[in-house]
Amino acid sequence: MSTAHDTVDFDEALAMFEPVLGIETHVELGTNSKMFCSCATAFGADANTQVCPVCLGLPGSLPVVNRTAVESTIRMGLALNCSIAPWCRFARKNYFYPDMPKDYQVSQYDEPLCFNGYLDVTVETDDGPRVFRVEIERVHMEEDTGKLTHAGGTTGRIHGADYSLVDYNRAGIPLIEIVTKPIVGTGVLAPQVAKAYVAELRDLMRALGVSDVRMEEGSLRCDVNVSLNLPGAEWGTRSETKNVNSLRSVERAVHSEIERQAAVLTTGGRVIQETRHFHEDTGRSTSGRSKEQAEDYRYFPEPDLVPVAPSEEWIEELRGTLPELPALKRARLQAAWGIGEHELQTIVNAGALELVEAAIADGVDPAAARKWWTGELARIANDRDLELTDLPVTSAQIRRVEELVADGSLNDKLARQVFDGVIAGEGDVDAVVAGRGLAVVSDDSSLLAAIDEALAAQPDVAEKIRGGKVQAAGAIVGAVMKTTRGQADAAKVRALLLERLGVSE
Amino acid sequence: MTAITRAEVEHLARLARLQLSADELDHYAGQLDVILQSVARVAEVTADDIPPTSHPIPVENVYRDDVARPGLDRAEIAAGAPAWEDDRFRVPRILDEE
Repeated sequence: MSTAHDTVDFDEALAMFEPVLGIETHVELGTNSKMFCSCATAFGADANTQVCPVCLGLPGSLPVVNRTAVESTIRMGLALNCSIAPWCRFARKNYFYPDMPKDYQVSQYDEPLCFNGYLDVTVETDDGPRVFRVEIERVHMEEDTGKLTHAGGTTGRIHGADYSLVDYNRAGIPLIEIVTKPIVGTGVLAPQVAKAYVAELRDLMRALGVSDVRMEEGSLRCDVNVSLNLPGAEWGTRSETKNVNSLRSVERAVHSEIERQAAVLTTGGRVIQETRHFHEDTGRSTSGRSKEQAEDYRYFPEPDLVPVAPSEEWIEELRGTLPELPALKRARLQAAWGIGEHELQTIVNAGALELVEAAIADGVDPAAARKWWTGELARIANDRDLELTDLPVTSAQIRRVEELVADGSLNDKLARQVFDGVIAGEGDVDAVVAGRGLAVVSDDSSLLAAIDEALAAQPDVAEKIRGGKVQAAGAIVGAVMKTTRGQADAAKVRALLLERLGVSE
Repeated sequence: MTAITRAEVEHLARLARLQLSADELDHYAGQLDVILQSVARVAEVTADDIPPTSHPIPVENVYRDDVARPGLDRAEIAAGAPAWEDDRFRVPRILDEE
């Protein structure tokens, strides 16, 4: 990786330094209405159609807290093994930026609703799975900000923009911010631990039903803090990388920041405490605002909102609503399916656990459900930059493909094309098979014709096979598969070929 | 002893995006000092059994149900906006922050 002179190779970096991570995660809750007003929260609505005097910050308007948002935060805190504050307040975070029309964001400052918890995450290592306990500093409530579009200028970016346009639909949508304590002792596993932690948080929130966590819609966003220190020395100065909005980016951001800081430190430089911006396209970050001057948000208790004081009874009632948590669910499914830890991790890493579970419940053969969801379907989702859950593939379609494979009408290669067609919106399984003309060529005479053609084209190979070199048959089978555009059953072609040449295996 | 320095007032003015002349800084620093000294005198008489108060009325746990309701009409919002373009609020360009 160290092609650029401004980075040190990752393994080299961690042979010298120990990393310390900290992750702040913002998640939009999936409530029907906003945090402090009754505006709708639907994603993708026309600009400024889900706004009211409260979220526009008009004078005289008064916020009222959304009970479900408080409950979701408490449930998340309980699932993260946190203590729940018996009494806490909202605070105003004051800053001038047009993404908030009030010139402050309502957040929580030194009195978070949930604090001191942990989340265990599992990462794959060469020596098998390893569990890391990520300690949680706090979980607090706040409101999301509006969306800016920078207009004019030449780049469409903030620098050089002539002016900006603001849509306040997102302003006031409930957010929870989950902050870890410093994560130490990960060594070279730091990028994987960071990714596994965010993945586990995502799964937890989905299991709790507090958010559908659509990362591509920006409903989960991470700020990743990284510092390096020599073994035994004090922690180094940290940088904070913002805009880290996918699991893959979390991993890449940690990886690249370790390489960058190691280069700074090994050339006698000093890591600056700063905000860095992550770029999805390059996987690297660029320097943003320096934090040398401490931010001064002049937090003070929000006078328009009364304290949140959840009773023991309320907290216990909410604890009773916690579903089976993802770690327990994984252990249960692993046992039920009789698969190893490695295969389970493959399914989890593909984000396919629920999909496989649902497919099996819908009567799909368990092995087939695992094979398609972690294999071809995961690949298609990745190619199209979609979440696996967004693929329009149903259990019935998987069952139908499996039926066609079982009766010899399709082979695996053709089945892939069928799913590709289904996802491309070409219709149901049978429609795609018909529309693309996908069917295994099982007609012996046309296969034999293709075999004869291939033998004639490669007489030397034909001679070898006749001479008993059965392994040379692959070249002929490959040629036949090519002329039939993959629509033949390779095993059948091979059998016909050997029969034709009078050779046995 | 002063409760607030002129430099602190200058800092606060900058945070609040207020441009104050040297005379104004002197003027407001003096006034704020009087206010803060008065508050400090009140603080002297509070005992440990009086907790700090942020809300004058002892009310807790006021919530609303999570039900979405229509907000304002967009034409109405646009009419009140200083500048409006493409169904959005138009704001002056933002410098050196992202």
